[in-house]
Amino acid sequence: MKGLLPIAIVVVVLASVPLIVHSNVVLNFLVVTLLIALAGQGWNILGGYGGQYSFGHAAFFGTGAYVTGVLQVRFGVNAWVGFAAGIAGAAAVGAFIGGLVFRARLRGSYFALVTLAFAEVLRIVASVAPITGAGVGTLIKLDLHARSFQFESRAVFYWVILALVAVSLVIAEMLERSRFGAWLIAVRENEYAAMALGVDVSLVKLGAMVLSAAITGAAGCFYAQYFLFIDAGIAYGTWISIEALLTPIIGGVGTVFGPLLGALVVKAFGESAKLITGDAPGLDLIAYGSALVLVIAFAPRGVIGAVADARNWVIRRSMAVRSLPREASRG
Amino acid sequence: MAEPLLSVERVSHSFGGLLAVNGASLSAPAGRITGLIGPNGAGKTTLFAIICGFLKPCEGAIYYGGKDITGEPPHRLARHGIARTFQIVQAFGGLSVRENIVVGAYLRHPARGAALTAADKIGCEVGLGEMLDQPATTLTVAGSKRLELARALATEPKLLLLDEVLAGLNPSEIRDFLPVIRGLCDRGITIIMIEHVMQAVMSLAERVSVLAEGRIIAAGSPAQVAADPAVVEAYLGHGAAAKLEATHGH
Repeated sequence: MKGLLPIAIVVVVLASVPLIVHSNVVLNFLVVTLLIALAGQGWNILGGYGGQYSFGHAAFFGTGAYVTGVLQVRFGVNAWVGFAAGIAGAAAVGAFIGGLVFRARLRGSYFALVTLAFAEVLRIVASVAPITGAGVGTLIKLDLHARSFQFESRAVFYWVILALVAVSLVIAEMLERSRFGAWLIAVRENEYAAMALGVDVSLVKLGAMVLSAAITGAAGCFYAQYFLFIDAGIAYGTWISIEALLTPIIGGVGTVFGPLLGALVVKAFGESAKLITGDAPGLDLIAYGSALVLVIAFAPRGVIGAVADARNWVIRRSMAVRSLPREASRG
Repeated sequence: MAEPLLSVERVSHSFGGLLAVNGASLSAPAGRITGLIGPNGAGKTTLFAIICGFLKPCEGAIYYGGKDITGEPPHRLARHGIARTFQIVQAFGGLSVRENIVVGAYLRHPARGAALTAADKIGCEVGLGEMLDQPATTLTVAGSKRLELARALATEPKLLLLDEVLAGLNPSEIRDFLPVIRGLCDRGITIIMIEHVMQAVMSLAERVSVLAEGRIIAAGSPAQVAADPAVVEAYLGHGAAAKLEATHGH
């Protein structure tokens, strides 16, 4: 499949970074960036391709993180098993929320608000329930062995998250080329027309929600293993809901590489804003916010959309110039 | 007369206090074109929406191929072979013409390759062959009407409901479009068409039903219906038939 070639190239290039750069700061930055890219790709499946803008992807991220953490800490489950269970748990939460919300036919801002509410409910429950460690959080025991999904070298962690991102890119690419993907995009574009063409709108949305939740959940699982600590504010906090939707929107919503590109841009911008503004509290956030406003105002389809528009403009111009003499002779 | 593929029996639907369709019955003989005409606001589009499952009738029943399909959701009806076009074109704006048609084609062809082949073939059939790669939003009115038709056809329907596919077209575009519709009928697709372009209904439809204020007030061959005083009055107002008669008499 020719669509897989760009993914292979990007992954190989990214995979070679730790061979050249050994700085832990840089690797840490890249790991977090890829983590956000993965969470964003999850959001992109539902929001980008399906047009259902969720404000509550923290529900899936947090479930992934907590299931991974709690299974290890409280039940002594192997970390890898916990990781898989985390993804399954997030998918189950996605199925539950999706089942309720889509059955109630909530769309647009109502959908966004209800997903936000679900994430908040989970955050509050996690901050009081004993099993999650309540306010203290869950601390995963340090055990730097591959069997515990912990690695001494940051490079290995980096390759693991890169592999997860690679899988998510392939999923997005396959989605674009599948019947399910075509139906999902049709639902985004026009639900009534999709229905008339035989698309079971609720089922398609639900499928997208489950897939989306599983991918964002995987990011949560990885977060727990990487930082070895989670609490309600981290796992179910609004920060991740916002990061998960910002990255695809900035990179290019409904595109394979949008979330990855968006995560790189957002994280690089956030870090440089911090560097430039120094220690002045909040200034970096102002810079961050202004950049967002600019992207949404001038490049609503994100970086990828802006690049595509520019390319189309050049093509159209060159075509217009070429067709001019013909038009003249016809007249 | 051929066995009806679809029969609508005494169907009613109201929006709040407004009775939009009031005990309307309609049947579509298999392999024929049936016209549905009536003044603006008569309830034609509402009746279509009921047949296609977008609205549930408050009363009455709909039989398709002898089976009761009342209240089934639109996507399941599409699987059974009922397709419709929308009066107000509902293109997938962000997609190309081909991608629009493929969405319909996927219903019968789950594999991408087969769906694309089917979509291209149908695109060419309805005369969009050269525009397949264009964004759907760049089509003219006539082009988008063809796209509506192509998408519906891509689901390989047995019954096709056309809601004013000719509205907004100029006479030469209509002339180009008529053979396309007739061709569908020749392929064995049963068609019900809502149409305001009378010349088209008269030349295409074998039978015409007239809907006014939610009721079927006449049904028969186009000529019969056109001569029916009740139909003339529904369109031109009370007493119009008598006046016409009088003028013709002189």
